[in-house]
Amino acid sequence: MSRIQAEQVKHVANLARLAITEEEAEKFTKQLDAIITFAEQLNELDTENVKPTYHVLDMKNVLREDIPVPGLPQEEVLKNAPEHQDGQFKVPAILGE
Amino acid sequence: MSLFDHKVSDLHELLHKKELKVSDLVDESYKRIAAVEDKVRAFLTLDEERARQTAKALDEKFSSDADKGLLFGMPIGVKDNIVTKGLRTTCASKILENFDPIYDATVVQKLQQAETVTIGKLNMDEFAMGSSNENSRFQKTHNPWNLDRVPGGSSGGSAASVAAGEVLFSLGSDTGGSIRQPAAFCGVVGLKPTYGRVSRFGLVAFASSLDQIGPITRTVEDNAYLLQAISGLDPMDSTSANVDVPHFASALTGDIKGLKIAVPKEYLGEGVSESVRQSVLDALKVLEGLGAVWEEVSLPHSKYALATYYLLSSSEASANLARFDGVRYGYRSPNAKSLLDLYKNTRAEGFGEEVKRRIMLGTFALSSGYYDAYYKKAQKVRTLIKQDFENVFETYDVIVGPTTPTPAFKIGEKIDDPMTMYVNDILTIPVNLAGVPGISVPCGFDGGLPLGLQIIGKHFDEATIYRVAHAFEQATDYHKQKPQL
Amino acid sequence: MEFETVIGLEVHVELKTDSKIFSSSPNHFGAEPNTNTSVIDLGYPGVLPVLNKKVVDYGMKAAMALNCEIATHTKFDRKNYFYPDNPKAYQISQFDQPIGEHGWIEIEVDGYTKKIGITRIHLEEDAGKLNHEKGYSLVDINRQGTPLIEIVSEPDIRTPDEAYAYLEKLKSVIQYTGVSDCKMEEGSLRCDANISIRPVGQKEFGTKTELKNLNSFNFVRKGLEFEEKRQREIVSSGGRIEQETRRFDEATGTTILMRVKEGSDDYRYFPEPDLLELYIDEDWKARIRAEIPELPNERQKRYVEEWGLPVYDAKVLTVTKETADFFEATVKIGADPKQASNWMMGEVSAYLNAEGKELHQVALTPEGLASMIKLISNGTISSKIAKTVFKELIENGGNAEQIVKEKGLVQISDEGTLLKIITEVLDANPKSIEDFKGGKAKAAGSLVGQVMKATKGQANPQVVNKLLQQELQKR
Repeated sequence: MSRIQAEQVKHVANLARLAITEEEAEKFTKQLDAIITFAEQLNELDTENVKPTYHVLDMKNVLREDIPVPGLPQEEVLKNAPEHQDGQFKVPAILGE
Repeated sequence: MSLFDHKVSDLHELLHKKELKVSDLVDESYKRIAAVEDKVRAFLTLDEERARQTAKALDEKFSSDADKGLLFGMPIGVKDNIVTKGLRTTCASKILENFDPIYDATVVQKLQQAETVTIGKLNMDEFAMGSSNENSRFQKTHNPWNLDRVPGGSSGGSAASVAAGEVLFSLGSDTGGSIRQPAAFCGVVGLKPTYGRVSRFGLVAFASSLDQIGPITRTVEDNAYLLQAISGLDPMDSTSANVDVPHFASALTGDIKGLKIAVPKEYLGEGVSESVRQSVLDALKVLEGLGAVWEEVSLPHSKYALATYYLLSSSEASANLARFDGVRYGYRSPNAKSLLDLYKNTRAEGFGEEVKRRIMLGTFALSSGYYDAYYKKAQKVRTLIKQDFENVFETYDVIVGPTTPTPAFKIGEKIDDPMTMYVNDILTIPVNLAGVPGISVPCGFDGGLPLGLQIIGKHFDEATIYRVAHAFEQATDYHKQKPQL
Repeated sequence: MEFETVIGLEVHVELKTDSKIFSSSPNHFGAEPNTNTSVIDLGYPGVLPVLNKKVVDYGMKAAMALNCEIATHTKFDRKNYFYPDNPKAYQISQFDQPIGEHGWIEIEVDGYTKKIGITRIHLEEDAGKLNHEKGYSLVDINRQGTPLIEIVSEPDIRTPDEAYAYLEKLKSVIQYTGVSDCKMEEGSLRCDANISIRPVGQKEFGTKTELKNLNSFNFVRKGLEFEEKRQREIVSSGGRIEQETRRFDEATGTTILMRVKEGSDDYRYFPEPDLLELYIDEDWKARIRAEIPELPNERQKRYVEEWGLPVYDAKVLTVTKETADFFEATVKIGADPKQASNWMMGEVSAYLNAEGKELHQVALTPEGLASMIKLISNGTISSKIAKTVFKELIENGGNAEQIVKEKGLVQISDEGTLLKIITEVLDANPKSIEDFKGGKAKAAGSLVGQVMKATKGQANPQVVNKLLQQELQKR
């Protein structure tokens, strides 16, 4: 039985904010299923008492002092914006709120 | 003969003796690009006007007798996922097609301090996801040794441009082999530094816990010089390490007598082609001849590295690439009436298939109900893989093996099957998971295609890697061969 | 059926650091849109966060003041969600290892005191701001990266009044620590409320609704009152509560459905790979603990025990650190504690309320107030004159003695001078004398008033009373 269903793929695509067609959903279902099936081999390993490695280096407490520097000029901030108005980024209306 | 057949130190000498100008070096670059770029297709953006201005300014500056740094005036190419202020940075993605950064990556600032000249931005797999450069949204880069072959990836443009003599050297980035694998395919020297050695600030993140920027050069010595220039603690990167940066070139003594080499049996086993296996065994003979000793060891968790890598890197990528939403910069879909549409269409149109596939995988691996089974499990296996390396390094100075299981494959050969493509990185991925440094140096040819020898060292021990790589290079002449274009 | 209400509050408090939590951009309210940002706040490709040390210090300080246990090992996580005010599409927050846990505060409502548990306090970055227009929205990133602590209460709160008292106390304690202004009107304190009901005696919680847009403590109380009633009506009439998010509508005092929650949100938390673990050793904890000032409860106790103030006075005076500090300074200069308390709670408070100002925004100093109280105590000025002096002190500052001297407001206690004036008043008011003799005690009051008027309020009322009684007997 396949591990991943098309419905799941659509749910994941929604979480990731990717529009997908039915065709793509089908393709991704197959491909993700293959990858996940492959990944299942990790279950051969008993990791009950193994600590996860979130950072490969044993470093901690990297902090900076609370010293402010001036912000960027507004025009620089908006320079790459696809759309802006009144010094702000413009986005379409938010449906459902 | 090309100017770029000289080492950095020789060119530096010529500049000092005023037998050469920076403008000559920059000329050499653009002339070569004009001659071969339509075949190689390594560059996404050229910065010719600014480069020539910089060269002129540097030449004027040089008329003073002040001592200049070794990299002064050297022409460099930069992978297009390293942010350059005022110079288009695309990550080979449509979603950043017209992105004009408003800041410089730390490594770019360091290059400026070293007074190199940036020639242009180099092609790559989109967001560094891929092993062939076929995932670039803009163009396919060709292997200078055989134009039907891939240059490797994701730093394919970086490796190909150096191999083709378009630049003296370049910067790439390596998350699972993206510097070493294309270096091997293109017959050049590529190093992935220890995680934390080089600042990631300004490197567009793929997998934050694995990414490192590193140098791609023609020689080991040049590689050491370029790493020297970009290394060091950066207050802008919490994960950059507060450790001393040794003078790497001083390690290039040629003396490897008594050096203990470990050769993991997993690296010469199934899936590794005969020509590759033989080239590594030959290389070991060379090293033995130089006084090193080698033994077979085991890195027992190697077979789990690939799955671990894909789960972790894709999970991190799914978050790292979420910021591309068409709001503050980059591509915005014209087909959006609501905010939700804007997000979904922008991302669906802006990202290529491989990127989407990995975002999907990562999103799935992190999602409710699967986190422990996939993401957390992979982080635990990562610990085991890291321990494999620690165990070996208790006894041995370096680990040696092939960089890739095969020489460069044909363009189009693997593009339709993600899993086959992924297997290509099986020998480089464990190094990123363990955070240790690794280099690829040319070690032979198969059917006119270069092969790479991978030398892996302890955390922050790039110096020893360089020493071994340099000794091997001096004892062989693979690095002296050039592709005919 | 008898119902019990269960309320839990989630409070976000902005920390008053100079720079943001993960970038060096300025952290202050009220700048032009998108001028307090850096490439880091904007979530540009390639940027990385670096943690502000003061944010950790401040977070710890607040957590300690709220009686939390401080984590020794803590870290940051990514909380993934798309929204235009969230530039990276993930918020850097703390998921499973918050900086503080298992805290509590004590509240007092209608004469009973109660401990409200605090589940956790964690550090995180604030989002930018969305301004909704017709058909589109505008995004201002200034607020992005403002350091926040989120304080999650246990579901220990049973009434809207308790919720109100909890917020007041929380605000008071945090203000004392100095890590935040806690100004709801500027958004430096924000509150979401979870509320459910259950039959009395039932152990399991009922389905809860989440209330948003609660822009003052009063609205929190009103929103909860409405929601409590709404839920009771639904359940009493056989209906079912849906798990939903509701918005408080200030105009109508009701709550309005925003969205129904389907399962829990999938934020895909995972450890932030760009930041390293925090290890908070005992020295660090001790250093921060030493910086925490005396908190309201301790001060209250001291005022009652050392200075003999009524509990009520002590409570009111210690609500804000500013008031308490001012009061203490006044007493330390030599003012009688009860007198000082009366002025603080009376005239000072009334003036501030009327003007909508805070103590540091007026000219009155502890020295000024103490000098005035001294002049009243030693009889130099009458309490009536004191009001004039007070007005001068609070509006223009200075010292009471000088004001009294300059304006000639010294009290007249000289019997000869006053007798002369009293005689004149009596001569002019034979009717009042008659009334007084006829048994109307009030008439004496009116005569005192005439004397005060004739002296522009400067006459010593006690002396006037004494002399007036004597003179009336004589007539």
